[in-house]
Amino acid sequence: MTELLAIRSLSGFYGASQVLHDVSFSVRRGEQVALLGRNGMGKTTLMKSIIGLLGDRRGGITINKLDMINAKPEAIAQAGVAYVPEGRGVFGSLNVVENLVMAARAGADGRRDWTLDRVFEVFPRLHQRRGNGGHQLSGGEQQMLSIGRALMTNPDLILIDEATEGLAPLVAQEIWRTLGVIRDEGIATIVVDKDLRSLSKIVDRTVLLSKGQIVFEGAPSELLAQPLLLEKHLGV
Amino acid sequence: MSAITFAVQLLNGVQYGLVLFLVASGLTLVFGILGVINLAHGAFYMLGAYFAWWIAAYTGSFLMALIGGVALSFMLGLLLENVFVRRLYGRDHLAQVLLSFGLILVVDELRQILFGKDVYSVKPPPWLEGSIQLTDNLSYPVYRLALCLFCLVLAALIFYVIQRTKLGMIIRAGAENRDMTRALGIPFDSVNRYVFAGGIALAALGGILVSPISTVYPGMGDGMLILSFVVVVLGGIGSVAGAAIGALLIGLTDTFGKVFFPQVSSILIYVLMAGVLLWRPNGILGKREA
Repeated sequence: MTELLAIRSLSGFYGASQVLHDVSFSVRRGEQVALLGRNGMGKTTLMKSIIGLLGDRRGGITINKLDMINAKPEAIAQAGVAYVPEGRGVFGSLNVVENLVMAARAGADGRRDWTLDRVFEVFPRLHQRRGNGGHQLSGGEQQMLSIGRALMTNPDLILIDEATEGLAPLVAQEIWRTLGVIRDEGIATIVVDKDLRSLSKIVDRTVLLSKGQIVFEGAPSELLAQPLLLEKHLGV
Repeated sequence: MSAITFAVQLLNGVQYGLVLFLVASGLTLVFGILGVINLAHGAFYMLGAYFAWWIAAYTGSFLMALIGGVALSFMLGLLLENVFVRRLYGRDHLAQVLLSFGLILVVDELRQILFGKDVYSVKPPPWLEGSIQLTDNLSYPVYRLALCLFCLVLAALIFYVIQRTKLGMIIRAGAENRDMTRALGIPFDSVNRYVFAGGIALAALGGILVSPISTVYPGMGDGMLILSFVVVVLGGIGSVAGAAIGALLIGLTDTFGKVFFPQVSSILIYVLMAGVLLWRPNGILGKREA
């Protein structure tokens, strides 16, 4: 598999406060990566750095071999990255169809695999709620909409921050099933979530962050085999 | 008051409200989407009227004045956004107020250099001159009726674009969450540029449309700016539908206030605004605080 995203010695800052320290890792095309760590360890900041929403980031980020360290979010998205933020970022004043249609475009390589019908096929619940405003949806429906909207951009890589946070177990299962569909489609993902067991079933690799630094990188089975590391950095 | 006189006043109120809507919709879009308080909005209303007079004087055609005035204002808006306004995004309101106040002075000076300080009038197109006789001693100008119709068509077009097109969806999405819109790959800088230029063009269009029923004079945009802000606050910041409701309310209150309560007519719209804000602090269609 070819390299899709490469992060080299990345530092991220909020004002004078440095949150990311010399982070380096890469994601191959179609690869599923779990980004793990306790709250406040820099996971969301790393996601925001990749999509270009963190103003002060230094180091190197390349997507499809294009230098993106100083690129605007729209340029990064057009290069093939989609973002499902913590809190979902659904547009409350737009209905379900509008949320999906406003984002629709061909992928970086001109692909148009994901259409409105296709998203409704994966998320039948969204089809039932297609005329409802974003603010009228439940948390689970909003997460489905946010993932569906990301798919409408026909991305090569989806960043999913807190995939199942605050969702009922049945709804969370639905999200995990969807992530399986995304994996089967060959779309790479970086997923942040606290459910290590569910994550380990769908990802190829885990990256563990602590205080803005990578403290472990490897297969899920390798991480699960290190109880001390899990206890220290994840509290499980 | 007879039914026919009431109907004439109603038409006047609606026509005033529709023009106000055009101007205020530009202001509310710029305010709601770009987050920029444009105090110079009234100055562009005035500039539009002067453009209309100038082009009409050279070409003898009101239609040319309308098209040319809007096009010139739109291009001026693109230029100003590119050179000045884009530096204001995310800045505090003081910076925005200072820059837009500076723009008022520049536009006014420009008007002085190009057109002088004389008062002008613009003739409506010949086919819209004259009046419709309503009773033996009451008539209504055809141009005012055409103005109502034109504004209604334009309002419908604005609503169509905002509510039914992908561009409108992007504009509404951007007004709600600019970062998320950009993270979806939408070049919001370009959207900003066209929204600002469109806002300026709408202000100028208002000035152009009223030029045949009013006079063109320095400072004609000052009152319109204040009224537009009242409409925006009344309707809810960023809401075009709210601006439409607010503008019609202001237009009717002002017109009927002058007829029924002439002694207090000048404060009625502000009483209306205070009442509405007590009822709905974010305006009629404004977003509720979470």
